[in-house]
Amino acid sequence: MSEIKVTPLGAGQDVGRSCIIVTINGKNIMLDCGMHMGYNDDRRFPDFTYITKEGPVTEFIDCVIISHFHLDHCGALPYLTEMVGYNGPIYMTHPTKAICPILLEDFRKITVDKKGETNFFSSQMIKDCMKKVIAVNLHQVIQVDEQLEIKAYYAGHVLGAAMFKVSVGQQSFVYTGDYNMTPDRHLGAAWIDKCRPDILITESTYATTIRDSKRCRERDFLLKVHDAIERGGKVLIPVFALGRAQELCILLETYWERMNLKVPIYFAIGLTEKATNYYKMFITWTNQKIKKTFVQRNMFDFKHIKPFDRAYMDNPGSMVVFATPGMLHAGLSLQLFKKWAPFENNMVIMPGYCVAGTVGHKILGGAKKVEFENKQVIDVKMSVEYMSFSAHADAKGIMQLITQCEPANVLLVHGEATKMQFLSQKIKQELNLECYMPANGETVSIPVKISVPVDVSRKLLKSTLHQPMIGSELEVKKPRLLHGTLVIKNDETGTTFKLIEPDKAMNEMAIKPHQIRFTSSVRLENTNRRPALQLSELIYKYLSNKLRDQHNVSFLNDASIMVSSVMLRVDMTSDDEYKDVYVSWADVDESLGSYVVSLIQDIQSTL
Amino acid sequence: MKLISLSDNVNKPCNLVQFKDTLMMFDCGLDALSTLGFIPLPLVTSNHFSSLPNWTASNNQDTQLESELKECDGKVFVDSAPEFCCPEFSTINFKHVDVIFVSNYLCMLGLPYITERTDFEGVVYATEPTIQIGRQFMEEIIYHIERTPKIKLASKWKDKSVYQNLPLPVNLSSLPPHLWRQIFTSKELNSSFSKVKVIGYGEKIDIFGAFQISAHSSGYCIGSCNWLIETAHEKIVYLSSTSTLTTHPKPIDYGPFRKADVMIITNLTQTPICNPDNMLAELCSRVTAALASGGNVLIPCYPSGVIYDLFECLIPHLDNSGFSTTPVYFVSPVADQSLAYSNILAEWLTTNKQTRVYLPEEPFGHSYLVRSGRLKHYQGIHVEAFSNDYKSPCVVFTGHPSLRFGDVVHFIELWKSSPNNLIVFTEPDFPYKDALAPYQPVAMKAIHCPIDTSLNFFQVNKLIREVKPSNVVISEKYTSPPPMFDLKTDLIVDPGPGSELITYKRNETIRIKLNRKYERAAIDSELASSLVPVELKSGVSVATVTGTLIAKDNKFKLETLTANEINEIRRNKQGQAIPPQFYTYGTLNLPMFMQLLGKAGIYDATIEQTPNGCIVHLRSEDAFVTIDDSLTHIVCDANDSLRILLKDLVYQCLKKI
Repeated sequence: MSEIKVTPLGAGQDVGRSCIIVTINGKNIMLDCGMHMGYNDDRRFPDFTYITKEGPVTEFIDCVIISHFHLDHCGALPYLTEMVGYNGPIYMTHPTKAICPILLEDFRKITVDKKGETNFFSSQMIKDCMKKVIAVNLHQVIQVDEQLEIKAYYAGHVLGAAMFKVSVGQQSFVYTGDYNMTPDRHLGAAWIDKCRPDILITESTYATTIRDSKRCRERDFLLKVHDAIERGGKVLIPVFALGRAQELCILLETYWERMNLKVPIYFAIGLTEKATNYYKMFITWTNQKIKKTFVQRNMFDFKHIKPFDRAYMDNPGSMVVFATPGMLHAGLSLQLFKKWAPFENNMVIMPGYCVAGTVGHKILGGAKKVEFENKQVIDVKMSVEYMSFSAHADAKGIMQLITQCEPANVLLVHGEATKMQFLSQKIKQELNLECYMPANGETVSIPVKISVPVDVSRKLLKSTLHQPMIGSELEVKKPRLLHGTLVIKNDETGTTFKLIEPDKAMNEMAIKPHQIRFTSSVRLENTNRRPALQLSELIYKYLSNKLRDQHNVSFLNDASIMVSSVMLRVDMTSDDEYKDVYVSWADVDESLGSYVVSLIQDIQSTL
Repeated sequence: MKLISLSDNVNKPCNLVQFKDTLMMFDCGLDALSTLGFIPLPLVTSNHFSSLPNWTASNNQDTQLESELKECDGKVFVDSAPEFCCPEFSTINFKHVDVIFVSNYLCMLGLPYITERTDFEGVVYATEPTIQIGRQFMEEIIYHIERTPKIKLASKWKDKSVYQNLPLPVNLSSLPPHLWRQIFTSKELNSSFSKVKVIGYGEKIDIFGAFQISAHSSGYCIGSCNWLIETAHEKIVYLSSTSTLTTHPKPIDYGPFRKADVMIITNLTQTPICNPDNMLAELCSRVTAALASGGNVLIPCYPSGVIYDLFECLIPHLDNSGFSTTPVYFVSPVADQSLAYSNILAEWLTTNKQTRVYLPEEPFGHSYLVRSGRLKHYQGIHVEAFSNDYKSPCVVFTGHPSLRFGDVVHFIELWKSSPNNLIVFTEPDFPYKDALAPYQPVAMKAIHCPIDTSLNFFQVNKLIREVKPSNVVISEKYTSPPPMFDLKTDLIVDPGPGSELITYKRNETIRIKLNRKYERAAIDSELASSLVPVELKSGVSVATVTGTLIAKDNKFKLETLTANEINEIRRNKQGQAIPPQFYTYGTLNLPMFMQLLGKAGIYDATIEQTPNGCIVHLRSEDAFVTIDDSLTHIVCDANDSLRILLKDLVYQCLKKI
């Protein structure tokens, strides 16, 4: 028995700031390195002092794996590498590596440039950090070091999202990151093979939701937008440049196409084309349908969505505008908000989380008046909607993934404690698996069975496999007995295990076997003065009768009898009323030897 | 391990490998050299081809046969839809092939013949780019051949007595006509691709539990790979088209191949004395020279591959040489797909191109050239856009490099009479003079600038020395210089002293001995924890193991013997030996033995010395024990309790493992 230890520094019975440390077979792996969007203080980043109180962390962490580009999964990475000083390997997929720095920079600008916070990483730090990242392909087996290997699987949560299988020797676990088991508008469904990890560490955001509610939320969103433009209103959707913006664009684009709507949709994001380009170039990471049709028409070449010009701001009539930043704390989105908020026909849809203190946070909290630094007060009469479009697996999806990869244990992260509790019960009852849900800072040790890989001599293996089957021929599948000597050698290159024939092992070890033999004498009485030879023949017939199916019984020239390797001999010297029979065998044949002795004793009754 | 090669063309390989009861096929090349024996397929009726005289043999009376054969420039051509030479079908039953591995799109074109026209029931593995681009290649061929259907199918000539005497521009001993087939249908193509599974670089696929196989970048073209078969104790490498040059594909990764037991090598360069860089430079200068004299330039090409490098190299050269207004056309039914796919396959490209997507910019320069209108691409010359845009002089990239079908036929017919025009042969698959033969007389200039980035002999020999395989398996063709360079004795594969060289011929079964001594098995945790290893010397411990061997899915597992199993053995075979739990060794500790006898209540034991050791007599028990260096013999009457007692005491006085 060995054990794998799991400690969430974030995302333990919580959503946000995902960061999980796993100790497996002597290796420490950090899964995700996220930031908590709800905090402005130290709690924003995972508590890396857990890893080591002081000194460099690099020697305590063998590698960092980032599952996808959302900031609650990668937001603390520059902090870890540039400020805490980790300089070991970091792995993520190509799209994550491409998109992650843009989101980090966006967030840094808000936090530092707009809100003037210090103790935050700089632009240069983000760049330096990303240089250290090693990009991986799906299903590629990456050898981090001699023992540690990782492999990415498609997770379908956002572009480039991946689940990772981590193996060290015989032990392994799978970390899902965030995933989605149903294909959506632009992504495929998560998939993993039957890799039978010791632990599956799965997100559990929608642990209690049973159906996929994403479609409903999307329909809801479209109807709300449609209603607003029908009544001549303007719709503002504050977004960050990448991620949900593209999802919502596809959503509106297809809806406009289907409903034949003519109301303009504008995309007012500095790097519009650039951002969408990422999606165009990583088309191989999208779903089958988009991949199939992209030559004819790239899903991200939008027909209805046009770039925004400030001059349109005062245009009459309805329109839909995507504008940055996503939390309404500055820039164009705030400017548009100030203009449009006082009219009740208008609408603002907040598709993501808003940090406390931002205008977005205030209006989501129901504020009807918003005051600005310059004492300007805006009445919020427009309707305010919050919609989450994140694609996570529901309870059914989570159960499905567990069934797909057949883990020995399940560990829940990235969810609320009460919901986890429910799912945990379900997993224990329905799948009969041990299920854990550690809180932040809490370590669980999960016992795992380990087997020892050994190199068996082919000769030994062959003789075992070809040994005559006991019982009926039909039982080919029946297990066979393998006996040998395990030679364990330890040297600089590591430990080798070889299983070889015992005599070969002794020879190799230069040790001399010491054999033990037995000779038991059985005294037979009332032999009617039979000559020894006659008695020998009688015994031979008897044994032959009893044992010939299983043993080789032979009568030798000198009147001794062999039963396989057990030797019998009738004492030739005496011709009294009794005769001694000597039975001789080696220690290894103990059971046959003693059995033959008992048979000779039985002969007495036949005399 | 066994190997059979089903193809005579080392550059269109198709090799069967049997290993651990699994039959695998590596590559499924289609030899298109056979198409050179056919009259080209023009899009519209061509005066030249329709007025070619029938070929008449002196002794031939068969007019039907005569109408099948045309003569041009002293060579004979079959007037029928072009046919392709398939791998040898008859050698084996394809039902027994478990799996096919395709190394790159150029080695894939014969796949539908195997999956659709034999009893093959297995799966096929290829990388995503190989699948996408391979499909484009096949679609292009089908499209070109099917759009100009031939009314008659020539078959009389295929009689051996006939073709033996035909001066076809094809080597018929290497390409036996009984293997020639019409191109497969779109339906067969689709059905064939439905059997292909995607494999990524570095992804390990388990084959029936017997071994793992993984694909590793070969640096030759997008998605091209070499294969590594691994068990705990063996490594077999299959090397197909490989390049150590830096062009657009991801560089070669041969690290995992080091110290392989067997390395099978195919698909070396077809132009061993041409340096691709020099060829490219020559191509550029010859193209501008032709344009300067007012001529057009025709570059027969495949729809993907070297053309990406040509675009990136030739177009800036034109722009810098004062030909920035000379149009460059890329004409192929799959041109749009080829250009689009190349830009989404960044993960399969060189780091340089790969990092461009982080900016984000398209990895290939051609997307900029297309956007800016510098490079124009069309489905075919028949589309309206092409007729509208077409301006001469111009540079045209189009297929097929065999010059037997595709829009290239049209351009040769159009341009062949002017010596100002130029045709540049860059694809190495076809001898260019034979390719041009049916068009003679041809006045346009023809130059041969083959760009073949695959390993040359120097590079492969260097690679072998770095990888150090125990056995190198190659076609016997690689043991002597290529026919045209028979004096250049260094143009051979020479593995050097460290590796055994094994050669094969088509249809010959080669056995390669792998000296396997060990097989991997797993001792389960329960049995493992019950073992008590004894340290014999520093760093070496041994333990005696008895377990149940479970062989399932080609994997071996050792588990603890259950009480039930022990009983079962006892029941089934009276007196069956259960193997010992330990072995005794060394010499018996006599003083200790005497002491233990005393403790057991046997006080009258006496020692009698013998030449080899001693005899311990136990008078009161009427028993004795003879002891020497390597044997202790307990002799007593059939009194088991005494015997067992003595045995236990002896055990205690011996060392055990």
